[in-house]
Amino acid sequence: MSTKRKELIVSAIQNGTVIDHIPAESVFQVIRILGLDKTDKQVYFGINLESKKYKRKGIIKISEKYFENFEVNKIALVAPTATLIEIRDFDVVSKSNVKIPETIEKIVKCFNPNCITNHQQVPTKFKVFYDENNQMKLACHYCEKNTSPANFVFV
Amino acid sequence: MKNRSLVSINDYSKAEIIKVLDLAEEFEKNPRQTILNGKVIASLFFEPSTRTRLSFESAVQQLGGSIVGFSSAATSSVQKGETLKDTILTVSNYSDLIVMRHNIDGSARYASEVASVPIINAGDGANQHPTQCLLDLYSIRKTQGTLDNLDIAFVGDLKYGRTVHSLTMALSLFNTRFHLVSPPELKLPSAVKRHIKEANLKYEQYTDFMDVIPACDIIYMTRIQRERFPDPLDYEKVKNAYILENAMLANSKENVKVLHPLPRVNEINEDVDSNPKAYYFQQALNGVFVRQALVASILGLV
Repeated sequence: MSTKRKELIVSAIQNGTVIDHIPAESVFQVIRILGLDKTDKQVYFGINLESKKYKRKGIIKISEKYFENFEVNKIALVAPTATLIEIRDFDVVSKSNVKIPETIEKIVKCFNPNCITNHQQVPTKFKVFYDENNQMKLACHYCEKNTSPANFVFV
Repeated sequence: MKNRSLVSINDYSKAEIIKVLDLAEEFEKNPRQTILNGKVIASLFFEPSTRTRLSFESAVQQLGGSIVGFSSAATSSVQKGETLKDTILTVSNYSDLIVMRHNIDGSARYASEVASVPIINAGDGANQHPTQCLLDLYSIRKTQGTLDNLDIAFVGDLKYGRTVHSLTMALSLFNTRFHLVSPPELKLPSAVKRHIKEANLKYEQYTDFMDVIPACDIIYMTRIQRERFPDPLDYEKVKNAYILENAMLANSKENVKVLHPLPRVNEINEDVDSNPKAYYFQQALNGVFVRQALVASILGLV
């Protein structure tokens, strides 16, 4: 399948943002994290599209919507390979890779069932760090316990 | 330290820790003063406690301050479903400083973010108990004359014991050699060992208690709780392996002291109590001076 043909599978947008190279299984999570399930903008998405780099990928296109960096960086937690493409009048204005931010607020639950954030209306807040095996983990600002990606539950 | 909450021992630098210990030394020489006259300290114990609550209240009253508060959630508006935020905001109106214990991890950090007065964490669930950590450091320094280059054994439940975790982090600032004695099921968590490694210090892990006694300056005992073992048979296997008896101290160093955060159940035999190397009750007394130092310095009075 050619690149050109693939572009036609998910409609082109005139103005807005394309999030490309999302791991196929993470598309719905990205939609939730960015609140696209509640937007009134046009949203197109594709899952299990062919990709030279990643075999199967997902893509999301959002019309008339540009994200702040901190918003998009949230999706790095579930889609570290994602690329962000800004479209204006059908042209690509900029392309960038997502980066995992230093702090994560509100989007992931703390894995510790006895943490205050799981008992009262306290938004979660974590510091991102890498353990001795270079595995990314979240250290809870409140209970000081760690949450690993395997235990991520999105708010 | 003025007007700053103390939630976790990591909130204080090494210099600040030493400053608290120096101040506590002054209060020990002169524990009855009037510097807290006119100050109101709230003592909010959502969870019961003997030593921590009474030593805080005694510390404040000996300095002329007054106490308002409650000693269990059952006698507060929590019973009616009030949120922690609302309780803290309300009590902030009535006091100059809040001392709180709560059964939920992270509750003290959250309280410190909503309160308009400083918070001292007197224990938040399984997380932190920084005033215990400071009184342990005070007891070690007082009995050994220094905090540097000591051989310190932690014995018992090193996995769940929050006092062991905070004290390990704090002692990592002082070139400590750690001797970790526990059943395999209750070893020190790797997240805590990371602090020792990051400080370029050494630790050794043992399952046999007798191996470490002759080498140590401090033996820090903890309680092994039955409920930590999913299989009761595993508990039966280890429950008596970490009981300190007086005869076991025969080959210990002259300067060694036995510490315990208390309450103890059976892990220190009562025949140890009369040995001059037993220090756990004096350790509990030191809590008064350390808490006086904390309250006075956070209120900016010293």
